[in-house]
Amino acid sequence: MSHGSDQAVAAPAILSEVKPAVLPRPALVANNRSFSWITEKICGIIEEKTPRWWWVCFGVACFVASFTVAGLTYLVSTGVGVWGHRNPVNWAWDIVNFVFWIGIGHAGTLISAILCLLRQKWRTSINRAAEAMTIFAVVCAAIFPVFHVGRIWFALMPGYLFPFPNANYIWPNFRSPLEWDVFAVSTYGTVSVLFWYVGLLPDLAILRDRFFAAGNKFRSALYGFFAMGWRGSNRHWSNYEMAYLVLAGISTPLVLSVHTIVSFDFAVSLIPGWHTTIFPPYFVAGAIFSGFGMVLTLMLPLRAIYKLEDLITQYHIDCMCKITLATGTMVGYAYSMEFFIAWYSANPNESFAFINRAFGHYAWAYWIMITCNVITPQFFWFKKIRHNTALVWILSIFVNVGMWFERFVIIVTSLARDFLPSSWGYYSPSIVEIFTFFGTFGVFSVLFLLFIRFLPIMPMAELKAVTPAADPHAAPDHH
Amino acid sequence: MPAEPYGLIATFETAADIYHAAEQVRDAGYKRWDCITPCPVHGLDKAMGVKRSIVPRISLAGGLTGFCTGMSMIWWMNSYDYPLTVGGKPLFSPMFAFPISYELTILFTAFATIGGMFIVNRLPMHYHAVLKYEHIRRGLDDRFFVVIEARDPKFNLAATRALLEQAGGLAVTELEA
Repeated sequence: MSHGSDQAVAAPAILSEVKPAVLPRPALVANNRSFSWITEKICGIIEEKTPRWWWVCFGVACFVASFTVAGLTYLVSTGVGVWGHRNPVNWAWDIVNFVFWIGIGHAGTLISAILCLLRQKWRTSINRAAEAMTIFAVVCAAIFPVFHVGRIWFALMPGYLFPFPNANYIWPNFRSPLEWDVFAVSTYGTVSVLFWYVGLLPDLAILRDRFFAAGNKFRSALYGFFAMGWRGSNRHWSNYEMAYLVLAGISTPLVLSVHTIVSFDFAVSLIPGWHTTIFPPYFVAGAIFSGFGMVLTLMLPLRAIYKLEDLITQYHIDCMCKITLATGTMVGYAYSMEFFIAWYSANPNESFAFINRAFGHYAWAYWIMITCNVITPQFFWFKKIRHNTALVWILSIFVNVGMWFERFVIIVTSLARDFLPSSWGYYSPSIVEIFTFFGTFGVFSVLFLLFIRFLPIMPMAELKAVTPAADPHAAPDHH
Repeated sequence: MPAEPYGLIATFETAADIYHAAEQVRDAGYKRWDCITPCPVHGLDKAMGVKRSIVPRISLAGGLTGFCTGMSMIWWMNSYDYPLTVGGKPLFSPMFAFPISYELTILFTAFATIGGMFIVNRLPMHYHAVLKYEHIRRGLDDRFFVVIEARDPKFNLAATRALLEQAGGLAVTELEA
């Protein structure tokens, strides 16, 4: 605008004052949508007749979930021998799948808590679905530690997981990272549900009133029960916002601690390839990376199906791609740093473990991991790729695959070649394990489909709060 | 003649309108009144004269309880009730008790925060005079309301109505108790 040559001639040689360039903030809700448009759009998804695609997806998801049910039933009725674990690989797909699913959940908490504290307002349109993803991922993750004991009634009965004295009145060993994990994961699941519920409160009240107006007394009463009589009072909002901030504040150290403790499961042991101090930050970065992969995998189809382009804008996709790029690059750095430390430590067992990962019997898994986790996200440097939604979706699938292989590589390659060469082995999963894991995608999808059918997929109140209409001072860029 | 009304409710169309109306009601000296908004409006607490929320103090109490619970539970179970020797390590050390105490701090803080928020807000309250207003649905959708309760010592049907109308309130209505 001010590049005109006539102005340049008239201007003095030295400027008396340099004003910083005013960068326009990207609109978080495109096309200047009104409050009632947001309400209609989000509630409309729940109020419309169940679309046919939903029934088709739900049927497929139930079918896939039945594989988990079949796998677990066979496991419980027969014994853990039906899984492919045997010396020296006594930990395999069960813990791989557990860490995989827990990691996916982390992006939901990152979006809802860390981005809230950092005042990243673009989180609003994706946080509800991402938090739902967290909860359902924790459900899928919990299946594995609970069922890996085989006789599941022992997992729930005193002594194994939660601190009840066992038959000999001995309490659990609190020095064990596995016991820390029980507390970390159950706290994580509980706090995620609470955080999600607090966020839902005002939106449930909207649904209560809308179903009441539409004459659906049953659903009005159901949503109303959980809405707790919310009436949008500002005196309530004041406490509510404070509570939300506190929850965000405690969820941030929570999410970092959960994957840190998950990494302790390995790092506290003495197995070469596990016994490293880089594990906590490396696992947290990997968890956020895989979680954002899953957020993209879920949100892009949802955006297309429900035409949510005004709420999940290109800016949102750009932000998610950039976080995926950043965390993917951190993971790549961790991979190379592990190699460097293996060499620098001059420990022959450690060096062997890493050379074996890249060039041993499991090299195929290692290179899948490197391709998916280090190379795939680098595409997100390019704006053209970030703007191609279909391509972003495909790349996000690669991220999910890569992060599963990361856990497989860490866990299985280290165990298969431990200190004693005479007991070296090669692990392959049994069909029961494959069934169980495959089915968890169905379990997850069933839960997610129910969520998008019965609960508002975006926080309406929070979306309204980031539109210009919510600003009482009505001056652009006031904050 | 119906019984004493619960209070008066006035409608406002924009966030700026309710912000200025709130300032006027506050300056008129009312205490028992409220704003109904579809989303938190920035600065409205100050315009209403609402004090800072006490929820964080409840959270702090919850967090301290959680941390002490974790530490004392682990000390009691592994070192006092059934001393458990593992690998020749001390029976109790705050080091190995820390991760679980840390998680319990967060867990108890979360429950205290949410429980505290509900108690301070007097929720659940499924029956409320404001919820019976026929247009209240818009208050969660796209309208803003100011409610002044009849219990307020300064409440006077005519004067309060005049104040709300002068502040720009539309459709000033009496609420049934």
